[in-house]
Amino acid sequence: MKEQTTRAMWWRSPSFILDNRQQAQPYGTARGGALSIPPPPSTAMADPNPNPNPLTDKISAYYQTRAAHHGVVSSDWLAQAQAAVGHIPDDAANSDQGAPSGKLFSVIDEFNNWRKQPDLAEAVAAIRALAAVIRNSQATTMMELEIELKKASDSLKSWDTTSISLTAGCDLFMRYVTRTSALEYEDFNSAKTRLIERAEKFGEISYKARKIIAMLSQDFIFDGCTILVHGFSRVVLEVLKMAAQNKKLFRVFCTEGRPDRTGLRLSNELAKLDVPVKLLIDSAVAYSMDEVDMVFVGADGVVESGGIINMMGTYQIALVAHSMNKPVYVAAESYKFARLYPLDQKDMGPALRPIEFGVPIPLKVEVETSARDYTPPQYLTLLFTDLGVLTPSVVSDELIQLYL
Amino acid sequence: MDARRGSLPVPRVRQVGFFTPNAQPAPTRSQSGPPDSSSPPLSDSPASNSLSPVMIPPPRHHSDNLAAAPRPTSPLPVPEPSPFRRRGADNNNALLVGSYNPAETLLAMSPSSSHIGDGESEETMSGGWFRRSNSGKLASSLPSGTFDFSPVQSTAEVLKPNKVQNPVGISEVSARPAPKEQQPEAPSSSKQPKPKLTKAERRALQESQRAAKAAAKAPGGGKSVAAPEEVATIKSVKQHQTQKKDAPQVAVSVAASERKGGDKSQDKERRKDAPAPRMQFDDKSRVEKAKRRSVVDQTEAKKRVELFRHLPQYEHGTQLADLESKFLQLDPMHPAIYKVGLQYLAGDISGGNARCIAMLQAFQQVVKDYSTPPEKTLPRDLTAKISSYVSFFTQCRPLSMSMGNAIRFLKNRIAKLSPSLSESESKSSICTDIDRFINEKIVLADRVIVQHASSKVKDGDVLLVYGSSCVVEMVLLHSHELAKQFRVIVVDSRPKLEGKALLRRLVAKGVHCTYTHINAVSYVMHEVTKVFLGASSVLSNGTVYSRVGTACVAMVAHAFRVPVIICCEAYKFHERVQLDSICSNELGDPDAIGKVPGRMDVNYLNDVSNSGNLQLLNLMYDATPADYVSMIVTDYGMIPPTSVPVIVREYRRDHLLI
Repeated sequence: MKEQTTRAMWWRSPSFILDNRQQAQPYGTARGGALSIPPPPSTAMADPNPNPNPLTDKISAYYQTRAAHHGVVSSDWLAQAQAAVGHIPDDAANSDQGAPSGKLFSVIDEFNNWRKQPDLAEAVAAIRALAAVIRNSQATTMMELEIELKKASDSLKSWDTTSISLTAGCDLFMRYVTRTSALEYEDFNSAKTRLIERAEKFGEISYKARKIIAMLSQDFIFDGCTILVHGFSRVVLEVLKMAAQNKKLFRVFCTEGRPDRTGLRLSNELAKLDVPVKLLIDSAVAYSMDEVDMVFVGADGVVESGGIINMMGTYQIALVAHSMNKPVYVAAESYKFARLYPLDQKDMGPALRPIEFGVPIPLKVEVETSARDYTPPQYLTLLFTDLGVLTPSVVSDELIQLYL
Repeated sequence: MDARRGSLPVPRVRQVGFFTPNAQPAPTRSQSGPPDSSSPPLSDSPASNSLSPVMIPPPRHHSDNLAAAPRPTSPLPVPEPSPFRRRGADNNNALLVGSYNPAETLLAMSPSSSHIGDGESEETMSGGWFRRSNSGKLASSLPSGTFDFSPVQSTAEVLKPNKVQNPVGISEVSARPAPKEQQPEAPSSSKQPKPKLTKAERRALQESQRAAKAAAKAPGGGKSVAAPEEVATIKSVKQHQTQKKDAPQVAVSVAASERKGGDKSQDKERRKDAPAPRMQFDDKSRVEKAKRRSVVDQTEAKKRVELFRHLPQYEHGTQLADLESKFLQLDPMHPAIYKVGLQYLAGDISGGNARCIAMLQAFQQVVKDYSTPPEKTLPRDLTAKISSYVSFFTQCRPLSMSMGNAIRFLKNRIAKLSPSLSESESKSSICTDIDRFINEKIVLADRVIVQHASSKVKDGDVLLVYGSSCVVEMVLLHSHELAKQFRVIVVDSRPKLEGKALLRRLVAKGVHCTYTHINAVSYVMHEVTKVFLGASSVLSNGTVYSRVGTACVAMVAHAFRVPVIICCEAYKFHERVQLDSICSNELGDPDAIGKVPGRMDVNYLNDVSNSGNLQLLNLMYDATPADYVSMIVTDYGMIPPTSVPVIVREYRRDHLLI
């Protein structure tokens, strides 16, 4: 029964639309394409292993990765990436882990390996890492395997407590494992392969998710509309890209997205697509809101209340939009749904991030370095997810069905 | 508001025109608000026509209550439509108003049904009222599905001596009043279930009654005029005044009541499949029926609060002594049940969980001591027994929704017992089920809730709690054990002052506390960071049904943008939807708010409390709309109030089967 609900959640996703479209070309190509994007060399991250302590650094690891992925693309990054293609092949992770005899296997290494792919979401990376744990596991019973996985996911989660989608991905996969083991498999090995398959499948689904979301949200973008976007979100970019491909006529207002200026990167991408873009400084949102027809944001995490946790500034944009009766749409994959319930802004562990002001700040002056805020559900209009277009209150329903 | 007003005038329309003068002169005055000042004849009419039983408008089931009790709602805008009508009449024909002499016209009118038509043609106003009252009544009584038997029954009774050709049904009816009269003296005999009518029998009865009525109509008004006396003798003394009025109405509006009768049978059938609605205590016939069955001898409150007539309102303090004295006579009642019932009545057990656990444990005792009587099967007999115990509990104190859920669970378990089990096996299986329910749904659920909720308590928090909820108390104590630094503001309210007990326990554990009354809640709210509240029940639309005052606290908190956290076990969730706290509520002892213990100088109400135009309303619960609730902490985790129906839907089966 429970197993069915899990599967229902996965099957129910409108991915069949996508499948129908892509019938001509097998799915592997899409995935292969994604995978072939070269992961940046490990040196680019300045030693991923010694950094697992985000709190001592006062910098959220999650935002470090994001900075690495979404920062304005520099030529040296590209050069490094090019250089990396040679010595880290796509299947490196697998072949590496195939012979774990010598060195100790670490989930976090594995996770960081996966995470370096710019196109791979954290949750997927986490699940891939967990799948690697299964692959390397010496366990002989389901129980052992479960314990091992639990340990791995706990260490992953504690490695970066600030990343919501990492936590959500781990939880989701653990949920699946516990439910699967409840079903009796005749054979441990078949259960194990089944789990690995599932992990692979999950990766595929999450790749697809963006496409699905983009398709679902096309109906909401009409000709002549003005869309305000905040920060850089791969999903939102996908949405806008598809809208542009569909020859919709719209223009986009991009906020600057201080401090890491992710808005600049998004405007770059959009300009490449010949979409009219206007850059706003973050404080010009209210000023230009009357021209805006809808607000489109991504999400770091969707919490149980139906609200979202996203880059700093989302909340105030949502407030402004709400007070001007503009719809606020959120594009988020369902693996970002997290069993969290913040009551207010300070109710989450802070994800910190250094802020460059360009001028030296006197020591006595305190700087708010929190990187994200929480937007309560009453300020959101709709959530575009791979489960469909949802109102905020449905998020909790989905979570309940998934986790209980 | 308007809609509600629309349905309200119905009973009051009747008051204006027709009620006994000695019952209460006051309401006439209060009715004559702004509109009435312009229409003196209106306010005159009741006094002048009061004694003629002839002009009573069509039957209304709680008409008795209306006349017997003073009318608290009369200050409300009474016949909203009437002033306009009147004014219209004024404009058109001033003579009409001037010539309107109610006493005259009323006397002149014949008691036959035709007079309505006459009245209408003569005076649009009164005619309009009649129509209005009719239609309004039908409309208002339809949704509740509580059609009265009483007028129908009374005619049957009245007609019995006259009518010869009446079949079976009537004889049964005549058999019924007898035990009712005996009942007060020998309650144990009343416990014996009266002969149950099958559906077919009931229909036969109705048919015969209808035939009787039709027959009564044919002879004309003469007979029905004679009727009231007989009715009066049959009915109890208390009601006779009003009953007199009812009887002729029946004759007047046979057509209407016949239509009702048809609806009624249909409606009854429909009601069978629907979950039993709460008993509406303004439905005379059902109250009567319940009374006949009841063990507790409850005297109805003399002054009942108008808006809450549908709720049981009894004189407080009388039942306990009465029940105690009856302890040895109550043969069929299991002592454990009896004990718990008395504890409910005395208020020794209060709080949703405590009441539910006490009830379940009493049932467990019952099951242990149970042996199936010969010729009966355990599931059926035990279920019937439990139902009778439940109705006993209900009489002691209305059940909470959580108890209703627990009872449903228990009955379901009994019904699902495999027939192959032996008696002792099934008994032990039921007992373990009860244990499991208590354990999993209450004890463990509380533990989970405490885990979740205390994760929301941060250092430096100022938590506001209201009243005394055991889960909230556990949350506070657990957070304190975790060495979190927080402060608690206990908000309390009269008359129960439950917060004091909580305060005492918290202070004993070394929690920093502030104690205040609900009057000051808006003052203390600005320093509060979180509000923790308990709940008696959470309904499908997210409405939180809880101790009265909770809504106030939640609304103030919402206005101050303070998150409101409700702690409630999932077994208290209910699929019902409720929009206000009127339809379903519980009324406490009105004296409790009239008197202040220990303050002899606050005695303003001592001599007025018996006056007819004062009603004391001591509500026990209120409904907090979901908008004011930020989060519900339940054993399934922390959920927004919008997700309550999901829990109810997904786990209803669990509740029943665990």
